[in-house]
Amino acid sequence: MNAEGLKQKAAQLRRDLARMIGPGVPGHLGGSASIMDILTALYYGEMNHRPEDPSWPDRDRLIFSKGHAGVAQYVALADCGYFPKEDLATLKQLGSRLQGHPDMHRVPGIEMSTGSLGQGFSVACGMAAGMKLDGLPGRVFTVVGDGELAEGQIWEAAMAASNFHLDNLVVILDNNEIQATDRISATFDTHPYPEKWAAFGFHVIELNGHEFDEILDAFTKARANRGSGKPTVLIAHTHKGQGFPFALDTAAFHNGSMTPEQYAAAVGEVQA
Amino acid sequence: MKMSNMRMRYGQTLLELGEEDPRIVVLEADLGKSTQTFGFKSRFPERYFEMGIAEADMTAFAAGLSLTGKVAFTNSFAVFALGRSYDPIRQDIAYPCLNVKIVGSSAGLSDYGDGSSHQSIDDLALARVLPNMTVLVPGDGEEAARMTRWAAKHDGPVYLRICRNDVPSVIPEDAGVLEPIVVREGSDAAVLSAGIMTARALQAAETLEKEGLQVRVIHVPCLKPLSDEAVRNAVAGVRAIVTAEEHSVIGGLSQAAAWALRGDGRPLEAVAVQDVFGQSAQNAEVLLEHYGLTAEAICRKIRFLL
Repeated sequence: MNAEGLKQKAAQLRRDLARMIGPGVPGHLGGSASIMDILTALYYGEMNHRPEDPSWPDRDRLIFSKGHAGVAQYVALADCGYFPKEDLATLKQLGSRLQGHPDMHRVPGIEMSTGSLGQGFSVACGMAAGMKLDGLPGRVFTVVGDGELAEGQIWEAAMAASNFHLDNLVVILDNNEIQATDRISATFDTHPYPEKWAAFGFHVIELNGHEFDEILDAFTKARANRGSGKPTVLIAHTHKGQGFPFALDTAAFHNGSMTPEQYAAAVGEVQA
Repeated sequence: MKMSNMRMRYGQTLLELGEEDPRIVVLEADLGKSTQTFGFKSRFPERYFEMGIAEADMTAFAAGLSLTGKVAFTNSFAVFALGRSYDPIRQDIAYPCLNVKIVGSSAGLSDYGDGSSHQSIDDLALARVLPNMTVLVPGDGEEAARMTRWAAKHDGPVYLRICRNDVPSVIPEDAGVLEPIVVREGSDAAVLSAGIMTARALQAAETLEKEGLQVRVIHVPCLKPLSDEAVRNAVAGVRAIVTAEEHSVIGGLSQAAAWALRGDGRPLEAVAVQDVFGQSAQNAEVLLEHYGLTAEAICRKIRFLL
């Protein structure tokens, strides 16, 4: 899929996301919208995966360490055919496969159950190490949030990724600058990012996480880094709530509820 | 009395398993000389992950390795292996039910010199409360070896509690690792004991025999799963029951047994660490005596109940 195709697909997935969350119900719209373009480029371009065979050994893996944005992954997985799209309507209902945070045993394509911040990245590292042991061709992508960087375990994992030369690991930092309560800089300042990741031994690539040309270029560079012995981090500058004007760059939609009017706008006329 | 050492036998068994099963991987948090995983490191360096002093990351990393089909053993002192790593154990191992074995070394008060920061009187409570977790507490070196083998074959999370010091070998070598084991018959009272306390319970039973009391000693190797029926069957027919464990009276064998015996009506007492932290001592015996974890303490409880 080319950049224009990905853009259209991302717009559709944002509509699916809003429809899945629904009006009047809290949902992690903001942090899902910020990663949606990159997520689209992963599932419809960069990642080798087989929806009909989720445990294909040679697949690339994707783990949302920021598990609350796993709802974005749900719509992409359903769209790819991992499970029926009708199931999206059951989000967070009793007995649903679609838990508030992803459960690997309920959803094909979810590689790991996440939700407790700072954990998924460590798991991704272990997975990458195991795949190296087995000589598997796949890579591990993991999405971490900028608020999540306050978790000390993130930096334990970053050191481990470097120590074990996990060049089959690609960390994607969803740098939307807003955490649950307020801006990162006004809450707990986890900056600076390029300097920190470079100091921890990562190959650092910065990009605008909403420009598909830049996303595809960053993926090409990340792919080329395999064999270097260094893990890669994509520092993706994004906007919380991207594509939903009422939710743009505000902590209110970290886990907010859409009014009926906002919902109508979200499912009808989402800007890519 | 024949003595054995759990961590030595654990380390040796890991090596054997490494030869037999290429899926076995070992993770360590800079305590390999103590936990005895260094042998595995020498023999299988590519399957040995020195994670540095980062127990939480080690634990979640092990979950990731298990997702590629490995059988992962994480190692540290029990107080760190479980306490420091509790959230990754809960979120990344127990909840998704992954094939990781958490091995808590120098457990209980067995690291007598290092004091409370290094002693685990709460590890069994933390492990028991988690769904999907199997909790194994060996009583001697050979049992530790058998449990290590069992854990490697079992597909799912296991907590294995390892004592630092030499202990008497008292558990029958043909015993299984899940069901309570009657290691001495008796009809007056029963001791349900875990870990190193089984040897002490046997000493107590010998002392009381001289006083005309027949004490049954039941070793409880697996604190979870532990069925009500297994506990009730084990203590059938006696007049009083005492539990004995090197752990807080909260959350370990004492409470597990009390719950299993709810409504039973027979007198029940516990020999355990009360709701206090440990401290340093010149040797393990002095410390165990200080906290009342002795054969004599078991005798006193039984005499009192009868």
